[in-house]
Parts: sequence; C-alpha cells; structure tokens
Amino acid sequence: MSDLDDFRASVKAWLQDNCPVSQRQPITREEQVWGGRNMSFPSADAKLWFERMRDKGWTVPEWPCELGGGGLNEREAKILKEEMKALGCRTPLYDLGIWMLGPAVLEYGSEDQRRQHIPKIARGEVRWCQGYSEPGAGSDLASLQTRAEDCGDHFLVNGSKIWTTNADKADWIFCLVRTDPDAKKQEGISFLLIDMDQPGVTAKPIPLISGDSEFCQTFFDDVKVPKSNLIGELNKGWSVAKSLLKHERKLMAEIGGDTPGPSFSPVQAALKYVGLDAEGKLKDRGLREQLVAHEMRFRALGLTHFRSFEERMHGNTDNSIPLIMKYVGTEETKRKEEVLMAILGNRALGWDDPEFSDDELLSNRGWLFSKALSIAGGTSEVQLNIIAKRVLGLPV
Amino acid sequence: MPLVLNEEQRLLKDTAKDFLNKTVPVEALRQLRDSKDALGYKAEHWQNMSELGWASMIIPEAYDGLDFSFLGLGAVLEESGRTLAASPLFASVVLGASAIIIGGNETQKATLLPQIASGNLRFALALDESAHHNPDDINCTATATETGYKLNGSKTFVLDGHSADQLIVVARSQPQGSGRDGLSLFIVDASTAGIERKRHYMLDSRNAASIQFNDVHVSREALLGDAGHGWSILDNVLDRGRICLAAEMLGGALECFERTVSYLKERDQFGVKIGTFQALQHRAAIMFTELELAKSVVLDGLSAIDENRTDLAQLASLAKARLNDVFELVTNEAVQMHGGIGVTDELDIGLFLKRSRVANQIFGNSSFHRDRYASLCGY
Repeated sequence: MSDLDDFRASVKAWLQDNCPVSQRQPITREEQVWGGRNMSFPSADAKLWFERMRDKGWTVPEWPCELGGGGLNEREAKILKEEMKALGCRTPLYDLGIWMLGPAVLEYGSEDQRRQHIPKIARGEVRWCQGYSEPGAGSDLASLQTRAEDCGDHFLVNGSKIWTTNADKADWIFCLVRTDPDAKKQEGISFLLIDMDQPGVTAKPIPLISGDSEFCQTFFDDVKVPKSNLIGELNKGWSVAKSLLKHERKLMAEIGGDTPGPSFSPVQAALKYVGLDAEGKLKDRGLREQLVAHEMRFRALGLTHFRSFEERMHGNTDNSIPLIMKYVGTEETKRKEEVLMAILGNRALGWDDPEFSDDELLSNRGWLFSKALSIAGGTSEVQLNIIAKRVLGLPV
Repeated sequence: MPLVLNEEQRLLKDTAKDFLNKTVPVEALRQLRDSKDALGYKAEHWQNMSELGWASMIIPEAYDGLDFSFLGLGAVLEESGRTLAASPLFASVVLGASAIIIGGNETQKATLLPQIASGNLRFALALDESAHHNPDDINCTATATETGYKLNGSKTFVLDGHSADQLIVVARSQPQGSGRDGLSLFIVDASTAGIERKRHYMLDSRNAASIQFNDVHVSREALLGDAGHGWSILDNVLDRGRICLAAEMLGGALECFERTVSYLKERDQFGVKIGTFQALQHRAAIMFTELELAKSVVLDGLSAIDENRTDLAQLASLAKARLNDVFELVTNEAVQMHGGIGVTDELDIGLFLKRSRVANQIFGNSSFHRDRYASLCGY
C-alpha cells in the first residue's frame, strides 16, 4: 500500500468516526455554516462537526498548520475531498475568506498580515465579503472609482461597491480602491482590507429575480482604514486582484455542484416527471435529446476537471484548462437548469405556494440563480476574450 | 483513469508526428486522390508504419505484439488524423486484431495475430448493410452446412474492404433470432469463391467497398466466438473502434483549428488582422473549449479500453458523439473563417471538412450515440 493509500484509509476512518450522521445529508441553504462575529449553527451536530474539522485544520486543508490549516499537499487535499464526498460529509464552514482572500493573503500578505487574518479565517471567526465591482465598473473593472486617499497614518475611503455578496452579514470586506487617480487605469489601484464594523460603512441588500437578496450595494463615507491593511504594494493591487479572480473563477466553475437546489438529479427528475415508454426511453423524445446532450457535456466537463488536476500533478505548467472552466462550467450549469425546468413542466412554475413541493419550488429559484453565474466573476464574454488573447494569442 | 500520457506514450506520439510530417503529410492524400490509386494507401507507408510498431501495438506479446496500450495507439491515431494519413491501421489493427483478441480461439490468435502484427495480413470488418449504422439490423445469413456455413447477403461501407486479405463478416446464423440474438462472426478469406467486392471512391479520398456474398462456403473453423453469440464480441470491437476513431478525429480537429487560428493572425482586412475582430475571437475561443472537453473524453475512452472498464460502452458513445460534433463544428468554422480561399481545393482545410463527414458516419452518427448513451443510462 502506498503512503497515499494509507492516508486515504486514515482519512476515511477519521471521517466515519467524527462526522455525525446528520452531517452526511445533502445540505440546504439554511443549513450552511458561515463564520463571523455572529456565527450560528442550525444544530448541535453542525457545531460539533465544524469544531472537529476546525481542530483538525480541515476547514482549510491545504493551509499551513501553524496558521490553523491542515498542512496537506494537493493530492492529500483531493483525497480528503473525495472521501468527504463519498461519505456525503457536508462542507463544515463556508466563507469567501477560505476560497478567495486567504490564498491571496498567503501569497501577497506580510508575515504580520498572515498571522492577523489567516487563523481567524481557518477558525471561522471572521466572515469576509468582496468589494470589486462598482455601479460604473462591471466588466470594465479597472475603471473603478472608489477612492482611498492617503492621510498619513491611514487611508480615507469614499465610494461604493456593488454585488458585494452577503455584505450585510460580513465582518470585513476586501476591496479594490483607487489610490492614484492620475495613473493609468490598472496602475493606480490598491488592495485594501476594511473592517465593516465602523461608522461610514453601510450595506444594502438588492432584491434579485430569484427572490433572494444576497448581493448588496456597500457604501463608504469617510471611512478610516489603517495603512497596515494594505495587501501587497501601493498601486499594485491589480495583480493581487487578478490572482484572486483566478480563485473566484475556479470556484464559480465548480459552484454547480455546491449550489443548493432540488434534491433530484435531472435524470431522476425525468424518470419522475416524464416517465419511460415501453422501449425504456423517455416519453418525450425531444426532452430526452436535450437531457442526454447535457448529461454528456457534463460528464466531459467532469473529466476535464480531473484531467486538469492530473496535468498539474505531472508538473505541466502550460495548462490552459483553468482558463476555460469558468466559461464552460457556468454555461453548462445554466443549460442544466433549463433542462430541469423543461422536465418539470408546469410543476416547475410555482412561486411561494405550498401546493408545490420544496424541490419543485427550488427548481425555478435555481434556474433564476443560475443566470447570475455567467455574469458574476467575469462574464462569459470576458472569459472568451481572455481565452482568445491569453491562450490563442489572437491580436488585440 | 490516466488522463495524461506517460513519458513513453509521449515519446511515441512525438515519433509518430515526425514520421507523418516527413513521410505521410496531407500532400500524400492528394497524390492518392489525384492518381485514383488502386490500393487507397501507399504500401511503402504501411510498411514503414508496421516497422514503427503501429500494427503490433495492441497485440499481446505472446503473439509477436508489443502489448503497449490503447492510450499509445490513440496518440498515434491522433497524429495520423493531423495529416489525414491513409493506411489500414484502423481497419486491420483496431478492428481486425481487436476482434480476434476478444473473440478468437487459441488457434485463430496464434495463426492470425502475428501476421497482423507484422503488417502482412490486412483485415476489414464487413458489418453495415444500409445507409445508416445499425449494427443489430443484420440480414446477411449464415446457413449451417455439413462442413461449416454458407454466407449470403450484401455489405456496404466496408472500410478498406477492397484491399483486405481477410474479412470479418457479421451474419445471422439463427434465422429465428432478431436484433442482437443469433448473430455470428466469421473470418473469411477475401478471395473465397462467391465473394464480389466493389471498391468505392469516397468523399474523403479514402475508400470503402460494397461486398456481395453469394453462397460463400466457409468451414466451421471460420467461426469467431460461439455461434449465435457474436453480439458481445462485435459490440466490444465497435466500441474500441469508436474510441480510436474519435482519437483520429481529435487530431484532425486540432490541426484544422490550429491552422485557422494561424490564419486569423495573418490575414489583413480593413487595415487590421482579422483576428482582432471579437466576432471571430469568441468563436475561436468556443472552439478551443470544445476541443479541451474533446481531449478529455478521448483520453478517458482509451483508458477505459486499457483498463477493461465496465463503462466502456458509455465512454465510446460519449467520445464518438462529442467528436462527431466538434469535428463538424471546427471544420465548418475553419472554412468560414478562411473566407473565399476556404472553399478552394488548393487549401487543405476542405480535405479536413470532407474527412469529418465520412468519419461522422463511421460506427454511428451523433444521434445514434446520444440515443445509445441515454439507453445505457436507463432513460
């Protein structure tokens, strides 16, 4: 048995011993555990599971042990993920700090900044949100206007950020701000961490077509931010942001699997809502064709994720797969939601009506939610621009 | 499921690329076409390929093969797709050798496989009977005689059928059977009395034959596998064929795409390179994403053969359907993006377009494979 096989066996045993049975069921949105000052748990088991994973460092398996992480390498982390999936273990902690800010602080932060922020993310003590887009700076992010003025020992921040997911519930926000208004677009931008629990910071939820309002607009009016909250060099925030966007896009490419939605797969739904004929084929042949086209693409996508991982493990640095996954993953998730809606027929159309089952009600919410996937984190069109220029080398 | 090639397989791929570029470039196909070559490939090229070990790659060592892997053979086929190289590799090795490896008895393996491995004996699979691929709709009959069987019926679209030395013939040996039941496979010398072969020139400058069987007598020893139980062998052979063909198609699609991207960087219109136009950039980027997905399904399909996986049939339909669609998309876009020159015979792009449509029809078009995949998945 190889070391990795040993590791897999020990991970499996530990999970079986430590993951409460109630934490091995599919998760609903209400049951997700988010960190922060006002952290709460939907159940005692969820708390226990979180604490055990936290103490093991497995809320952030690949981060250094001394900063609260698990110290695993990429292969080990993948094994942990696979074993958790096999057992149905829930993600013990959700936070943008884990997925996005943490990796950027580990890469660009000073030693002090790492010690200040990383352990708190690992332990779920701070809930983070992201301040990138502005009302006037969406796809053209580099035209952002939120100003951070140098006032000696601190910056004075004024402006507003939009699509700040869960900003009304977050403790801190990581922001792109303009520190040099005279420099060329990308060159006068800095990456700043801002404590939201202070005067001048307000977050207002924006109602969405899905009925949710997790996206906010966040306003900054004469907000004082210590200089020590600057990550990376002054006016060099664009490179931090780009590195962080990579993490966001990777997350978005995978989000289809982690988004709370109906408990049935499209195939299960088709068997239930469409049914088979005497030949064992779905009665609606047009729907069958749509469904199988999606299923085949989805499988190809899964294999491509896996191939990308293998390429990395083999040290192939010339791996352009990550650059395509945001586009392909989100577009396919949208297609899946369309297929699911079509399969449910009029049972997918209820809104806030108890005559419909939870799964049925979730199906159109999920469909509406999916529309944001190919917009947030860089639109599909921006992603195609990136592929055309960076991968194919097409001229500007 | 290895989705990346190992060192040895990469080396093999590089060697294949060098050889094909030097010896069997696209120009070689033009020569075959323009001279209406009787054989349909150059004997000398097949000799070279055999010497490189291509004909013996999937044959077990016990029968003079290299027992390398389908991942290796797939890498070679991908490269051969890039130069549209014509050879008996697919018909004789992927189909012929596979059928004997999967279904053959010890005598058949010992006598036939070493000859395939050396490139001296060429096989073809006589299966299809109508305008579409319907492998279980077989009307050719095999009637039992005192010494063996008597074959009657007609076959069409038999790849390399006119030049093969031996044919693997799919026939119905139990007249009361229908669909998959009652099919048998026979190894038949192509020169046997009663066989009439007609070579056809095809759109892609390659060939396929129509073959008529009129009271063709074969011995009992000609039977491949058990009488009436040919389907499981055939199904497995076809899946190997579908995946290997998908590998070749991937090579063709990649080559066509790369040539197109180069053209976008070269061609000036309105005072700028046409590659600056977003209308073209996005379409090129979408093709790139499709090709990356295509690479994954081909590699996993080849691995599924090597690992004898139970989901082989699903992977075969996944690979063939995807590559049918991607090769069609890329060749259509390539012609369009080249503009006027794209529809000239002088440019090679048209040859890829033609190959894509022929490859599309071999062993199932996309709707065949989507239907099959859905059925395999229980809906």
